[in-house]
Amino acid sequence: MRGLIAYLVGLLFALGLGLSGMTQPHIVRGFLNIFGEWDWRLLGVMIGAIGVHVITYPLIMKKKSPLLDAKFYVPSNRIVDKRLIMGSIIFGLGWGWAGICPGPGIVALASYEMQFVYFILSMLLGMKLFQVVDKKTRG
Amino acid sequence: MEVIIGGVIIGLAASIMLVFNGRVTGISGIVGEGLRLKSSDNNWRYLFLAGLVSGGFILRFTHPSAFTLISSASTFDYILGGLFVGFGTLLGSGCTSGHGVCGISRLSPRSIISTVLFITSGVLSVLLFKFVRGEL
Repeated sequence: MRGLIAYLVGLLFALGLGLSGMTQPHIVRGFLNIFGEWDWRLLGVMIGAIGVHVITYPLIMKKKSPLLDAKFYVPSNRIVDKRLIMGSIIFGLGWGWAGICPGPGIVALASYEMQFVYFILSMLLGMKLFQVVDKKTRG
Repeated sequence: MEVIIGGVIIGLAASIMLVFNGRVTGISGIVGEGLRLKSSDNNWRYLFLAGLVSGGFILRFTHPSAFTLISSASTFDYILGGLFVGFGTLLGSGCTSGHGVCGISRLSPRSIISTVLFITSGVLSVLLFKFVRGEL
């Protein structure tokens, strides 16, 4: 049942990403191009998504547990550390350069455009690289 | 208008995930954990990713314009961008969905700072891209 929910959420999430323009690198780049011809459209996605979730989040968290599991798996870490800062900067550099982030990249695999395939394969490689380096440095 | 509706759908999807499964809809985290292959609790992660691709196929037929590729980026640019996105999202524990949508909605200071940083470095990256390639 949890799997079915996850599948349906993925499907819904993909439709939202597609409608909002996140699966089109030129719209993402246009949004980040604030020193040029700024395309403000993606501001609408953030307002829509956060606008809904900022209201539903406290309502959901009033419950003792989610409907299909014993507890909520919500991060409780509130410390801003070097890893968060460096990671966010590196992510943003890649996001601006390719014009695509993880979710839309996966959704766009359905388009059969090879650029998205290359993007996702190298993203997986980047993740694996991180996991190997992280394991070594942490012992 | 479609953009805001898209955003509302994303917010609703994240809410459904939280109320039923108690999970954050953070895509880089889901992919990263799925890559470890060890966790016995990975089924929902693979099914979520399958849902993303299925949604992509629906879009392919109902909204083919959702995959318009207008960009002077080359294959090399997508590969370079992908490497940075993969490494950066795991180091920084999140991406646009986990930090940008879910984290900001919980008013998490980590997510607010992360989002400000990745948008800022995204702006710089686009500026650099225009400088190197001459156009967007």
